[in-house]
Amino acid sequence: MAMAEVQERPSAPVGRRNGNRAPMNTAPSVTASDTPAAGGEKTSLYAGRTKVYPKEAHGTFRTIKWIVMAVTLGIYYFVPWIRWDRGPYLPDQAVLIDFPSRRFYFFFLEIWPQEFYYVTGLLVLAALGLFLVTSIAGRVWCGYTCPQTVWTDLMIAVERFWQGDRNARLRLDKHPWAGETLWKKGATHLTWLLIAIATGGAWVFYFADAPTLAHQFLTFQAPTVAYLFVGLFAASTYVLGGIAREQVCIYMCPWPRIQGAMFDRDSLLISYRAWRGEPRGPHKTGQSWDGRGDCVDCRQCVAVCPTGIDIRNGPQLECIQCALCIDACDEIMIKVERPTGLIAYDTVRNLEVGDKAAEPVKIVRPRVILYAAAIAVVSAIMLVALMLRPDLDVSVLHDRNPLYVKLSDGGVRNGFTIKLLNKLYTPRAYKVSVEGLPGAKLDMIGHEDAVVPVPPDNLQSVTVYVTLDKAGVKALTQTATEFEFVITDVASGATLEHDATFQGPLR
Amino acid sequence: MAKKHGDTSEETTGHEWDGIAELNKPLPKWWLYTFYACIIWAIGYWILYPAWPLVSGYTKGYLGYSQRERVAEDLAQAKAAQATYRDKIASSDLKAIEADPQLLSFALAGGAAAFGDNCAPCHGRGAQGAFGYPNLRDDVWLWGGSLDAIHQTIQHGIRSGDPEMRNTQMPAFGKLGMLKPEQVNDVAEYVLSLSGNADDQAAAGRGATIFAANCSPCHGKDGKGNQALGAPNLTDELWLYGGDKATVIETITNSRGGVMPAWTGRLDPATIKELAIYVHSLGGGQ
Repeated sequence: MAMAEVQERPSAPVGRRNGNRAPMNTAPSVTASDTPAAGGEKTSLYAGRTKVYPKEAHGTFRTIKWIVMAVTLGIYYFVPWIRWDRGPYLPDQAVLIDFPSRRFYFFFLEIWPQEFYYVTGLLVLAALGLFLVTSIAGRVWCGYTCPQTVWTDLMIAVERFWQGDRNARLRLDKHPWAGETLWKKGATHLTWLLIAIATGGAWVFYFADAPTLAHQFLTFQAPTVAYLFVGLFAASTYVLGGIAREQVCIYMCPWPRIQGAMFDRDSLLISYRAWRGEPRGPHKTGQSWDGRGDCVDCRQCVAVCPTGIDIRNGPQLECIQCALCIDACDEIMIKVERPTGLIAYDTVRNLEVGDKAAEPVKIVRPRVILYAAAIAVVSAIMLVALMLRPDLDVSVLHDRNPLYVKLSDGGVRNGFTIKLLNKLYTPRAYKVSVEGLPGAKLDMIGHEDAVVPVPPDNLQSVTVYVTLDKAGVKALTQTATEFEFVITDVASGATLEHDATFQGPLR
Repeated sequence: MAKKHGDTSEETTGHEWDGIAELNKPLPKWWLYTFYACIIWAIGYWILYPAWPLVSGYTKGYLGYSQRERVAEDLAQAKAAQATYRDKIASSDLKAIEADPQLLSFALAGGAAAFGDNCAPCHGRGAQGAFGYPNLRDDVWLWGGSLDAIHQTIQHGIRSGDPEMRNTQMPAFGKLGMLKPEQVNDVAEYVLSLSGNADDQAAAGRGATIFAANCSPCHGKDGKGNQALGAPNLTDELWLYGGDKATVIETITNSRGGVMPAWTGRLDPATIKELAIYVHSLGGGQ
């Protein structure tokens, strides 16, 4: 039954032919890969890998991608080496994740563990930014800036440097690993490994003082964990970027599955303009273009594709939208003296109407406005939170066991743990006093006159006892009386108040 | 030839239910090989590490790894790291420890941990005490609240059998017949009058003489107690065993006398010092 239907549809509509990578110049629906078991109904549930040999592209988008690669790799490798003066007590590395002392330094920002919501905010912003970009122009992240894409691109460039372009690599792969093949492939893998080690090496510098660690690393005195992580990241870079490549995007990454919800009919996606290209076919110089499409079926778009698909089959999960097929096609169109843009960023709405009424692209749409508004709101919240951040943080913890202690003279005492966080880069001292509790006496364990020195960029925890005598207790009207701890910066005189309650017996 | 789906012209798995066919979306082979590699990894893991439970015990694994041993090593390491501080605490006197902020915070942390392990069963997790077990946070001390007095009490205990223990015994005045029941009643009334809680002033007046003759040697003429003898102050507002009349009568009739073990020998001297400093820091230290 199904067979019969296939026979009736010799050329299935463009756009739904995933996984069919065989040449398509014959009846597209019946190809070699479709006939594994003649007669039998058994089909393999596992597919072998079809190796992809991406050809080098030249053009606008290839140039943009080289620039993006240089910028992103530059950021990754050089950021740990930027210095940022924070005074004599703190590290001078601009970006540093300091696990032992539990701080995250980012230029002028310093994030304490309890302020990790800033990082959450950044992640929310990153996610929203991804949604925004995707709804406007598709998988821009995947195509240009995803580390998997950048490193794969780098590894392919290395492969091309040693082994030559697509055809040369195809030829090399036909020979066993000996002679020319051996040294060319060996050199490729060696270079990959060096890049991989450099990648892992750069990673650990974000977690320790880079110059110190570099010296330790080269003299084999770095902590074991540093070598371990360099090895781990080197191995992942080598395997994912050098060997697995498009398999990561197609089979491991969840993003291709999620992004379907982000596109709409007005998103700019890399598309083959079938209305212009079909019917396709080879074209000889001088032949008329009447009654046929612009696609000369040169398959250059397939040759440059890093995931090995045919963009002419329409939107596909495998397409990371790297735009290299645009460059490849434009080059050919110029050669055959037809307008460029047979493959281009276009919307589904425009593709459907063809050339009849190409409307201007609607970038400002409810979806885009919503994402942009969400980004604005989250950014504003983060900015306000950041600007209102105090350089002294106080937390007061009332003793819970016991809530209060009765004294022999009929007085009552409450115990508190006060934590003072000095977020400045200089040592400071704070005086703790009590306000709003008449007759209260304050005692502090270990610090005279209730003056607490706090080291720079650090926390000091003190135990404080607040005592009311019998008269003071009699004057209380409730079991929990609110009062304030006043924290005074001894040097500047600046004060900060913190609420607390005084607990007493039931009356 | 494998079946194909009409609308998509894609290969199907051959499964079809009510006209709904399943497209063949094959898993890459390397994923399958990864799965096999994981199985082989698991077998290697069984051989190298503890894995299978047996009737008594478990397979130990070729590497002989044991989390319990790891913990013991870590604890020993932590102990070694503390050694410098603990040696210092052991060799310094209490006042010197309190004056050194680093030693003090180390001693307080160590004392808090030791208190939770050893003292909390009687005195409570927050040192708030219980019936018959003194609250260590208030300002009342039976045997003295100075750093040295607390240290002495923890070292040798109270009625513990230690040669240097804190030891006195209140007579069971009623039980031994030293006072008649009505005398016990009168003296109880007098004791309550010391903190202004007596109901029967006449009885309290009669009790005054009985108190002077029987109780004042330890509790003092004015009833303010004597820390050298562990005799509580009877004029304040806090009662270890209760300040209502029935309880006071029971105390006089049968006597009281709590017991606290001597901790020398059970805890090392540094820990005892840490405990003394911790208890002294709880608010009541004098």
